[in-house]
Amino acid sequence: MAEIKLENVSKAFGSFAAVRELTLTVADGSFFVVLGPSGCGKTTTLRMIAGLELPSAGRILLDGEDVSGRRAAERDIAFVFQLFALYPHMNVRQNIGFPLRCQNVAWAEIGRRVEETARLLRIAHLLERRVGGLSGGDRQRVALGRAIVRRPKAFLMDEPLGVLDAEFRRLMCGELRELHDRIGATTVYITHDQVEAMAMADRIAVMNRGAVEQVGTPQEIYDWPGTMFVADFLGTPPMNFLRFDGALRRGDRRVRVNGAALDIPELRDDGAKGALALGVRPEHVSLDDASPLRGRVFGVEYLGTTQIVTIATSHGQVKARLSSSTTARIGETVGLGLDHDRISVFNAASGRALKTAFHEGAARG
Amino acid sequence: MADLALTAVSKRFGDVEAVRDLSLSIADGEFVVLLGPTGAGKTTTLRLIAGLERPDAGDVVIDGRIVTGEPPAHRDVAFVFQQYSLYPHLTVYDNLAFPLRSPARRVGESDIRRRVQQVAALLHIGQKLGSRATHLSGGEMQRVAIGRALVREPAAYLMDEPLSSLDAKLRAELRIELKRIQLEVGATIVYVTHDQIEAMTMADRIGVIRGGQLLQLGTPREIYEHPCSAYVAGRLGTPPINLIPADLLRMETAPPGAHTVGARTEHLKISAANGHDPVAEVRWVEHLGDQNHVHLSLAGHALVTLADPRQPLRAGDRVSLELADALYFDESGKRLHTPRHWGAHDCR
Repeated sequence: MAEIKLENVSKAFGSFAAVRELTLTVADGSFFVVLGPSGCGKTTTLRMIAGLELPSAGRILLDGEDVSGRRAAERDIAFVFQLFALYPHMNVRQNIGFPLRCQNVAWAEIGRRVEETARLLRIAHLLERRVGGLSGGDRQRVALGRAIVRRPKAFLMDEPLGVLDAEFRRLMCGELRELHDRIGATTVYITHDQVEAMAMADRIAVMNRGAVEQVGTPQEIYDWPGTMFVADFLGTPPMNFLRFDGALRRGDRRVRVNGAALDIPELRDDGAKGALALGVRPEHVSLDDASPLRGRVFGVEYLGTTQIVTIATSHGQVKARLSSSTTARIGETVGLGLDHDRISVFNAASGRALKTAFHEGAARG
Repeated sequence: MADLALTAVSKRFGDVEAVRDLSLSIADGEFVVLLGPTGAGKTTTLRLIAGLERPDAGDVVIDGRIVTGEPPAHRDVAFVFQQYSLYPHLTVYDNLAFPLRSPARRVGESDIRRRVQQVAALLHIGQKLGSRATHLSGGEMQRVAIGRALVREPAAYLMDEPLSSLDAKLRAELRIELKRIQLEVGATIVYVTHDQIEAMTMADRIGVIRGGQLLQLGTPREIYEHPCSAYVAGRLGTPPINLIPADLLRMETAPPGAHTVGARTEHLKISAANGHDPVAEVRWVEHLGDQNHVHLSLAGHALVTLADPRQPLRAGDRVSLELADALYFDESGKRLHTPRHWGAHDCR
């Protein structure tokens, strides 16, 4: 297995910079997810790791060895697109064995490795079946088998679950992660779906416009977003922003947002002036009659265990995730309580987060 | 707008019974979502209402009139498909005006202009009227497609997964907008989806469909809190309801014949092993950001529930499970009522 390293990698297509100065390390044996909207450069990044594109600048290292100039076939990496591409006229055994036949591996060896792979994926009982008659889940497992059977140094997956419906995707997420835990292969997984990323990744890199916005564990990225882009990209609904103009200094523990004094985690940053924003996740907003921050209930979305209540305030809409037993009526005026120790503070001009006691708790914790 | 109804409608394609003896009545101005997996018969039901299919048995009633034998054009319903089909060479304005310019309708250009502008404002695409359809983002295109249905003021709107080709963020936005528009214009909408979030957040009533049959019809809260069967219970809720073999739990309150216990997250309380409640082992805690899912193993049976973020749990921890107000199902999956829940909500 392998460590993958990208050093200042850029890729331009004509005048379009698809990837800009990208540096990241995928630790040996880890499950690394690159998350971002369409057009952010994540697929180009993956294709460069695979050797399907060569970088315009920078280096790609596979286990410390510079492979920047090498083509895909020379890199010993398995690339998995959407997992459905099977050969319909072959049975499961032939489908899984196909990559080995292409490499002229001996028959006996192919048989042994196909069976081992099938056992790993728990589809050994299906080996002689035609792929046409298989369920969606089993087809995915066969496609995965075809990637695993080669025992490559790393797996690269480009939105492999994109075509599946939501419930099935959720199931396959669990299986992919479990499989990863069993075989421990370095995996780079591309998706625009934050739930997939959160559910599977050891670490996530969030990309935007060809550059990495933040790298961290799912929890770090979610709880301590480094930029407003990351804060907005993760979470359903995403983080709320309360925008205001003001000045903050190191040590401040309170801000005035249009007259309302709000507590924040102690600022451990040099401070900022001008356009600022508080960021608060919907699950950290509650209804609090005593709060100076007030608004009118604009919408209520019932979700069973919880509900999303949208409140129009003078700072814009705020969404709160509340227990379904809480009563909120459209049109009614409510006070908003914020979990003040979990608030993020942003410089709204640069979009970057300011460091607070909350972040430092993270670094220690 | 108008009410509409299906009375004992059936439709078969060769050996496949796509819709079986389905009855449903929808009030004027009501938003009904048909929820079910692929192949459940949702789209066929919608096509039967539109007149794109003719039922083998039963009737379709729109605005009090039996329209079973009538062609689609006489039924005055507007259909929004999953894939937005706009005319790429036309502007947004002309795309929206197109249904009104049909020779059958004879609407004057000034009326068309008024109506198009009204609908464009409603959908927040007023500034895009001069743009070519191909120059729009996916979300804008889908709004134009919905707008093309709205300009007509038909008896009812029929929508077949209109948001499923959009990304999550846009879907969330359009969900709220569609509900707002429906309330504003008082539209009768039959909406088909496999997405439980869409169903729960937009529907006045949800109809759960499986194998061509309507299993239960009710408000989102009724379906969530009082499902008539284990299957219906599993359709709503994230994480999904846990269906636990009754003999794994010592339940004094279980009604006779209880075969399966349905425990949603809010029915399950986790605490340090206390010696009298059933004990489960924490397999792993999945951090999904807004929710942390705890995966538990109870005598080899897997359970998933939401974790209180303030409760420190680690893989390998042994915890006690306390159940309150759980749901009970018999061997066939049918809901068994406890005295507390006694009453209606039976399966059809």
